[in-house]
Amino acid sequence: MLSFLVKRILATVPVLLIVAVLVFLLLRLTPGDPATIIAGDAASPENVAKIRENLGLSKPLLVQFGIWFGNLMAGDLGESYFFKMKVSTLIGQRIEPTLALSFCTIVIAVLVAVPLGVIAAWKQGGWLDRALMGFSVMGFSVPVFVLGYLLIWLVSLKLALLPVQGYQRIADGFGPFIRHLILPSITLSVIYIALIARVTRAAVQDVLSEDYIRTARAKGLPEVRVLVGHALANAAVPILTVIGIGIALLIGGVVVTESVYGIPGLGRLTVDAVLARDFPTIQGVILFFSFVYVLINLLVDLSYLVFDPRIRY
Amino acid sequence: MHADAPAAPAADLSTEAANVYVRPTVWQRLARHWAVRIGGAAMLLLTLVALAAPVLGTVDPTLFDPGSRDLLPGATGEITTLEGESVKHTFLMGSDSFGRDIHSRVLYGTRVSLIVGIACALLAVLLGVVAGLSAGYLRWLDMPLMRVMDGVMAIPGILIAIALVALWKASLLTVIVAIAIPEIPRVTRLVRSLVLSIREEPYVEAAVSLGTPTLKIMFGHILPNTVAPLIVQGTYICASAILTEAILSFLGVGLPTDMPTWGNIMAEGRVQFQQFPHNVFFPGIFLAVTVLAVNILGDGLRDVLDPKMAKRA
Repeated sequence: MLSFLVKRILATVPVLLIVAVLVFLLLRLTPGDPATIIAGDAASPENVAKIRENLGLSKPLLVQFGIWFGNLMAGDLGESYFFKMKVSTLIGQRIEPTLALSFCTIVIAVLVAVPLGVIAAWKQGGWLDRALMGFSVMGFSVPVFVLGYLLIWLVSLKLALLPVQGYQRIADGFGPFIRHLILPSITLSVIYIALIARVTRAAVQDVLSEDYIRTARAKGLPEVRVLVGHALANAAVPILTVIGIGIALLIGGVVVTESVYGIPGLGRLTVDAVLARDFPTIQGVILFFSFVYVLINLLVDLSYLVFDPRIRY
Repeated sequence: MHADAPAAPAADLSTEAANVYVRPTVWQRLARHWAVRIGGAAMLLLTLVALAAPVLGTVDPTLFDPGSRDLLPGATGEITTLEGESVKHTFLMGSDSFGRDIHSRVLYGTRVSLIVGIACALLAVLLGVVAGLSAGYLRWLDMPLMRVMDGVMAIPGILIAIALVALWKASLLTVIVAIAIPEIPRVTRLVRSLVLSIREEPYVEAAVSLGTPTLKIMFGHILPNTVAPLIVQGTYICASAILTEAILSFLGVGLPTDMPTWGNIMAEGRVQFQQFPHNVFFPGIFLAVTVLAVNILGDGLRDVLDPKMAKRA
């Protein structure tokens, strides 16, 4: 058991290492001089020279990577050219809105998608099942930003129920904080609900054909307990897996949703950094998001131990 | 005569033959599937719209007229042609803040979206097939190649695309390549897993023992058996590429802003979204319907061509 934990945690190291190499190479292997690319078209020669010096571009590639990676290990993501501060500080400043938005989205998605998926599997072929499968295809197809503007137009402009855009820090009061988060979270959760509900339905459907479900029903167990205590409990692993994999979708969605709703989080930071061609920040944000993604999937893997007692490594 | 011999008994069995189940060909099964019909018809319609854009009541999508700014859908105004003369024009979907015709821009945008979607799908499948065949068939390459793919998959795809477009000068080609790259690992994994199971088939063993060159086995014996799942996968990539291109353009990091793409139209419309929501909604509806059509087509193709995968999802 302990050896499994250690092995599984160690297994993420090579993946993260490769991510670091890829993010490093992203800039260096681009055709053209990286310093000129970063400085932009209108840069003075001194500026380009300074950036070249900063990146250590005159040294061999391997040495460059060594220096960059050493800094990374020390928690130093470099200095932002545009925001004129440490990238790590910048990420720290922008993380709260993104965390709040992601957390609300995951909570909404799980609370909506799992019950829907279970009921759809239970009443297989029924109207809810068909509606859910239809919704699921739609959810994958309606772009986050179109949905976002539709909700703003309907809820904020026509019905005037919620604020149009912006973000309120949680420190400035919980009421306004939540009111600003409702629409972005609903917008972002739709694709996630589509994904989780689809997998929940398939997983529960599989379990429902097992012998022990028939046994549970035969011994007179209430249907709710059959569905929740037996079917859902045994379908937990694929559901958790898809929640973990879906984080990639969520991160992509955060970038768009924060732009639509004017939320000053990491997603907005990514876009601002790209528009300003601020490569240390771009690299830092990509590394950060990838690290979070790998970490969450590690936690999902470890959670199998809790949710499925049959799994004993 | 050999040919006559089987014909004689067949005549006697003619009454029975009516009851014999004849398995329909792939084309017949495809043509009978509702999702293939709906998705295919919608795609056909969109392709026609893209091709016939010049004759569908449009003007050059780059034309503008300061006198026709911010018109509501259906309004009539003037537009200045490239030759400098003013012509009367009905703005079916209104105009934007430069006085450009949204209807023309949206219809011409169909071209861009379809080109990007199809090109991305082809490119990702092509590169994924080469990588997957190599990983599945060349043992020494398997480990390093798949670890790199794991690394790419650990970075949320949209971030890779955003970073690559930011590094390269934004053009149709760079956007296509940037969107296709993060899709490659999934294709590679699919092809590799197919290859690993196909290479154990007796006919491959037979080919090997006959001294068939490795390349011929890979492309002549193994590749044809991966076609069906690849068509399905390619369709989904097409849908997601159309969506990603729109997101990139919408965020301002995609195709050049003078190109009429759905994402660009929405990006320009978002500033005035509160007064003129049509600038965002018309391209949004086209985008959502297109992606939905491709996804439905993909589901249909999957049901018919790849029943094993259909069961899993």
